[in-house]
Amino acid sequence: MPWATLARLVLIEARRGALPWLAVLSVLLILALAGFLSQVALTESRQLELAVMSALGRACALFLLAIQVANSVLREMNDKGLELMLTLPFARWTQYAGRLAGFVACGALLAALFAAPLLLWAGPMAVAAWALSLALEAALVAAAALFFAMSLGQLVASIAATAGLYLLARSVDSIQAIAASPLADASAAHELARWAIDAVAFLLPRLDAVTRTEWLLYGPPQPPAYLAALAGLAIYGLLLFAAGLFDFQRSSH
Amino acid sequence: MPGWLWLALATALAAQLALHAGRAVQTAGGAELEPPPGLAALRLASFGEREALARLLVLHVQSFDLDKVDYRHLVAWLRRLLELEPRSQYPLFLAARVYGESPDPARARLALDLAYQEFFVDPDRRWPWLAHAALLAKHRLGDLPLARRYASALQRHARAPDVPLWARQMEIFILEDMNELEAARIMLGGMLESGTLHDSAELRFLRQRLEELEARVSGAR
Repeated sequence: MPWATLARLVLIEARRGALPWLAVLSVLLILALAGFLSQVALTESRQLELAVMSALGRACALFLLAIQVANSVLREMNDKGLELMLTLPFARWTQYAGRLAGFVACGALLAALFAAPLLLWAGPMAVAAWALSLALEAALVAAAALFFAMSLGQLVASIAATAGLYLLARSVDSIQAIAASPLADASAAHELARWAIDAVAFLLPRLDAVTRTEWLLYGPPQPPAYLAALAGLAIYGLLLFAAGLFDFQRSSH
Repeated sequence: MPGWLWLALATALAAQLALHAGRAVQTAGGAELEPPPGLAALRLASFGEREALARLLVLHVQSFDLDKVDYRHLVAWLRRLLELEPRSQYPLFLAARVYGESPDPARARLALDLAYQEFFVDPDRRWPWLAHAALLAKHRLGDLPLARRYASALQRHARAPDVPLWARQMEIFILEDMNELEAARIMLGGMLESGTLHDSAELRFLRQRLEELEARVSGAR
């Protein structure tokens, strides 16, 4: 299968680069920071360690993956490696899907690495739920970074766009709550702004509902809510894949 | 490598070290605790990681010097952190066990009042802090009516099966003729037995407080 070969190449490239070392170093630094903070805590030291490791681990895993995707794709484009690949007798969608599959596998491995230390403090079911959610979230970030890298063609721009989309999706719930405050001015401009925020929220994934620290602290999530949150991730990942493929099919690469 | 580059590197490094050597370590102890930001702002700043942000902020709040900090701001911070992460017990632990033991009665009352008001949000989980507040109101503030008010609220609202017998009969416990040390020993033993207390850091802290209390009682004799 050509797409599997491409996915394997992406994984080999990631393994030979600095990603594994950076990921391991990040885990060690997070462990050290969490250990230090728990020494300062007078109570709830376990919860503090878990909360810090979960929040920082999630951020680190996704940031490293976004950088890896954008850097790998743009290097291939700049070295004309992508053009060479396109001369091979594979369909364009196979080329795109193969790369994405490789980055998704990379994200799953990062999720497993960042989740493993959590088993020291949290139950296996909660950690498994958190890790699976992080793996799917990483798949979504990989799809977004691949889409932006292919379409924008610049490293800084594609990383900034991926980070912007991700952070907006993580905070749009809070922004909506602020906009809907009953104390806010009831002017037409405010209503328009509120409507615009609601419209933006409609186009974003619900990242505030996934990979939640509370699963680790207070027990695994309820299956219906958990599955609904993961389904939301899968649908948005599919949307980004389709958008990226659409752009790749019509582009002059 | 040209020699001037080595020289520039060494000079810059020496300047950096000299700059930091002459600078006192910044601690929050001497700084002023400002009022907390709004709940919406904190939720926005947390990017969905409310559990982590609330716990990191509580560490920030506890780093301020007890003698200099404005207790109204302190209590406002603790209340805001409870709103941000209602399942964390840390802010109430600080209110009842640390700030409630202030030698200044006015400050202690502010902290104990927080434990009382916040108890009603989740009585079955927050009763230990109100129990301790009742004890402090009786022994430290010498305010028996306040202690009875706390005890009565605890007795009426804490219904979970793991609430120990002495807490369910808190009013009697408060009215009994026992000193603070005896009452504290019973509370700590009861909490250990009921499984309410399982954090090693908290256990260490409470044992240390009990030893301090023992030393103070034996010193008074």
